[in-house]
Amino acid sequence: MDHTSTLTLTVNGTKVSRTVQPRTHLIDFLRDELGLTGSHIGCEHGVCGACTVRVDGTIVRGCLTLAVQCEGKAVDTVEGLSDSGELAQLQQAFHERNALQCGYCTPGMLVAALDLVKSEPDATRERIREHLSGNYCRCTGYQAIVDAIETVLVHRRKEARA
Amino acid sequence: MTARDELPVKGSKTRTQAGYIGKAEPRANAKRLLQGRGSFIDDLRFPRLAQVVFLRSPHAHAKIRKLDFSKARTAPGVIAVVDGRAVAEYCTPWVGVLSHLKGLKSAPQFPIAIDRACWQGEAVAAVVAETRAQAEDACELIVAEYDPLPAVIDMHEALAGRHVIHPDLGDNICFNREVDFGAVEAAFAKADVVVEESYSFGRHTGVCLEGRAILADYNAAEHTLTVHHATQAPHMMQDIFSKHLNIPEANVRVICRDIGGAYGIKVHVYPDEMCTAALSIMLRRPVKFVADRMESFLSDIHAREHKVKVRLAATKAGEILAFDLDDLTAIGPYSVYPRTSGIEGNQVVNLTGGPYKHQNYRAKLNVVFTNKNVTCQYRAVGHPIAVALTEGIVDLAAQKLGMDPAEFRRRNLVPDDAYPYTGAAGMKFELLSHHQCLDKLLALMDYKALRAEQAELRKKGVYRGIGLAAMIEVTNPSPAFYGVGGARISAQDGATLRLEPTGMLTVLSSVTEQGQGTEGIFAQIAATAVGVTMDKVKVITGDTSTTPYGGGTWASRGAGIGGEAVLQAGKALRSNILDIAAAILSVDKATLDVYNNEIIDAASGASRLPLAELGRVAYFRPDTLPMKFQSELMVTRHYTPREYGFTFTNGIQASLVEIHPDTGFVKLLKHWCVEDCGTVINPMLVDEQIRGGVVQGIGGALFEECHYSEDGQLLNASMADYLVPMSGEMPDIVCGHVESPTKSSELGAKGVGEAGTAGAPGAVMNAINDALAPLNARVNSMPFTPERILDALGAANAKG
Ligand code: FES
Ligand code: FES
Repeated sequence: MDHTSTLTLTVNGTKVSRTVQPRTHLIDFLRDELGLTGSHIGCEHGVCGACTVRVDGTIVRGCLTLAVQCEGKAVDTVEGLSDSGELAQLQQAFHERNALQCGYCTPGMLVAALDLVKSEPDATRERIREHLSGNYCRCTGYQAIVDAIETVLVHRRKEARA
Repeated sequence: MTARDELPVKGSKTRTQAGYIGKAEPRANAKRLLQGRGSFIDDLRFPRLAQVVFLRSPHAHAKIRKLDFSKARTAPGVIAVVDGRAVAEYCTPWVGVLSHLKGLKSAPQFPIAIDRACWQGEAVAAVVAETRAQAEDACELIVAEYDPLPAVIDMHEALAGRHVIHPDLGDNICFNREVDFGAVEAAFAKADVVVEESYSFGRHTGVCLEGRAILADYNAAEHTLTVHHATQAPHMMQDIFSKHLNIPEANVRVICRDIGGAYGIKVHVYPDEMCTAALSIMLRRPVKFVADRMESFLSDIHAREHKVKVRLAATKAGEILAFDLDDLTAIGPYSVYPRTSGIEGNQVVNLTGGPYKHQNYRAKLNVVFTNKNVTCQYRAVGHPIAVALTEGIVDLAAQKLGMDPAEFRRRNLVPDDAYPYTGAAGMKFELLSHHQCLDKLLALMDYKALRAEQAELRKKGVYRGIGLAAMIEVTNPSPAFYGVGGARISAQDGATLRLEPTGMLTVLSSVTEQGQGTEGIFAQIAATAVGVTMDKVKVITGDTSTTPYGGGTWASRGAGIGGEAVLQAGKALRSNILDIAAAILSVDKATLDVYNNEIIDAASGASRLPLAELGRVAYFRPDTLPMKFQSELMVTRHYTPREYGFTFTNGIQASLVEIHPDTGFVKLLKHWCVEDCGTVINPMLVDEQIRGGVVQGIGGALFEECHYSEDGQLLNASMADYLVPMSGEMPDIVCGHVESPTKSSELGAKGVGEAGTAGAPGAVMNAINDALAPLNARVNSMPFTPERILDALGAANAKG
């Protein structure tokens, strides 16, 4: 248990170095070590998606990833993706459509949605629902979330054509 | 002028800011959550913060023979390891009873079990350490030995009472109630058609994405306790902390910032949370507890474990004559404090048959103790059961009469012009709109076309079903709900409005926010009432030391009760603003109005004075005002519903499903809900409350059940094993509204937060049975898993 190692990685564009226990999960590292509390913990067993963050451009579950696995990698969380503006369109659409209630699932939803918006510009409602199937939301019933993401996709498709 | 004429909140003929009521305004407070900048309890950082974890009983019922903490106490980072006796020195026990639920009984409950554990998951020891990981490591070092006791798991066993869980209580019956209105026997005797069916409802739970969470911070120097708490009812908790921890009420402050879902789960007193507060006092430092997922399944209240037999009597012509009900429900080993676990069953008795005009009704209810986790009020409390069994038996009667289910309902729903009306169960309805809702629903879904399509598809071997569920719903509860039974739970709420020097408006409300949009609609009401634009309004909730006293958020009461208080405070503030304006401008108050952040001339609409200027004068240059004039730019008003015990709402839902007879899978194709919640303050938020509620109801109908083994082990305490609705399986939900404002308040708003959950399970059940009807199969045990549907199909086949 006392065994620790030094971890160096880039989080939201900033290089950080910390001493961590090998058993520390990425989500705990982000929240407890770095104070990045935007990503949440819902189940700690990979089912709910509340802890979804991006590692080297790919979305992962922060509760199933060990911090030490991220050595040398680039981690992006909702805080960084908000500040960089990458999430701005989705955030606006979520806000206007009330695609969140308590907001606890929202950071994970947004990071998962961003992944879809970037990788599948032609995604249908069905595909949106499928893609979000690993992200639990108890409040909304999902429809508003699907609507908001669809709005962004439609908007981007229009932009792309123009 | 009457109050209503002075400030019509809708359809204003004056220039008063009427614009925000009824508008789909996005919620300002959602922005921080969208950027991950909310502050949930586990996000808070405190100096000297310690974390507590609990050792929980692995047995459903056992004597605690031995607890050896010696190894745990010396583990790294450990601050304290305590048992029930140690914590009881700091926190008195409680008993969850209410005097108006006559005869309801329960046993004293302690923060940590003393000598005996009564369900698997009850805390038997607590470990406090510098970090959670350290506390968890140390928890594993506790040596605990138990002598298992006979566990009462089955509710019939509990009723039979071979083993009595709390010997002092004499039996396992927490509460029973029998009602008999009209002439039930005679009605059944003369009926042309009698149908009878039994329904069972799986025990399920709320699965808030954020686990229960509390951070208690005791200041020994001041003898004050500040509790950051994920609770729906901060003033109730202030009272309870004060009473059981022996700290003067004014020294207890409960703060609720962001809360990751609640739905009734976070409105109860939990032993581990009381323990956390006690530990903060004992250790004189801040202590935090956040339930992990397994603890949530084991210790968040469960709900809805009912077995119900229901009978319905009708005439050939399709008139319902009577309902007869026998409900048995099991609540775990304790009635939950302070709301009790008798309410759910009581609601089933009060609500069954509620939409219909029969006048004969009999019901019997038994609420029994078992050695499973406790149950208590969870979103829609009793409604999903009452609606499903009412609507299930109504459909069965329609089937037996060969009548279309929509038509059968039309003949029996209480007419829209019959109000005020008292139902067979004695509930008083001010104004409902069952027929308007039914008509609207049938049009919205194009019922006829769907029936035609269903018939066509059946010929092709596609089994679709359409299910309807009419409902009534308890909202805006008066003190009759809890207060009269002795619970120190406020039925009243308050709002304070303050005009700031720059013309901004601060609103403080005793209602809390868990994402419903309370703060958003209060901003809409306040802006409307005072005459400012929404961007000028800031709403603050969830702090006992700053907001007015009130009940908080539960039982669909926030908009109707808290909203009315905001409206009344807003009107009073507007009047005060006009007094100041009249003084500044030396004109008659009656010639002025407030509109768009300005004082205007009421007749011409000409701008006279910006509110920012009025604020500047009132706060910084009162010397320029007439000698005896004192401005009052802060106003508080309260509101308590009094005329009716509850402001009932009504609505109707429909579900369209497709069944795959080979696999037993149910595909939800679409869902509709038409609801009458009176004045709709924000249609978008209302619809999203309904949609979220519907999906929660669907969860109970199709997926969710806490499975217990015969010896009381919860078998599926993880999100991998306990299925919840995910986006892929959920249908789109179409919402419609009828608006019959309540006259008991000026705002006219009734509650809506639980409507979706109330009606969805019944609608889905009826749709499934409608799809199964040509196969001669029927299901009546929720959740309707593929296995249960296949079983029903198998039984139908066996019968040939
Ligand atoms: S907390 Fe990681 S998936 Fe639930
Ligand atoms: S908004 Fe509450 S869990 Fe999704």
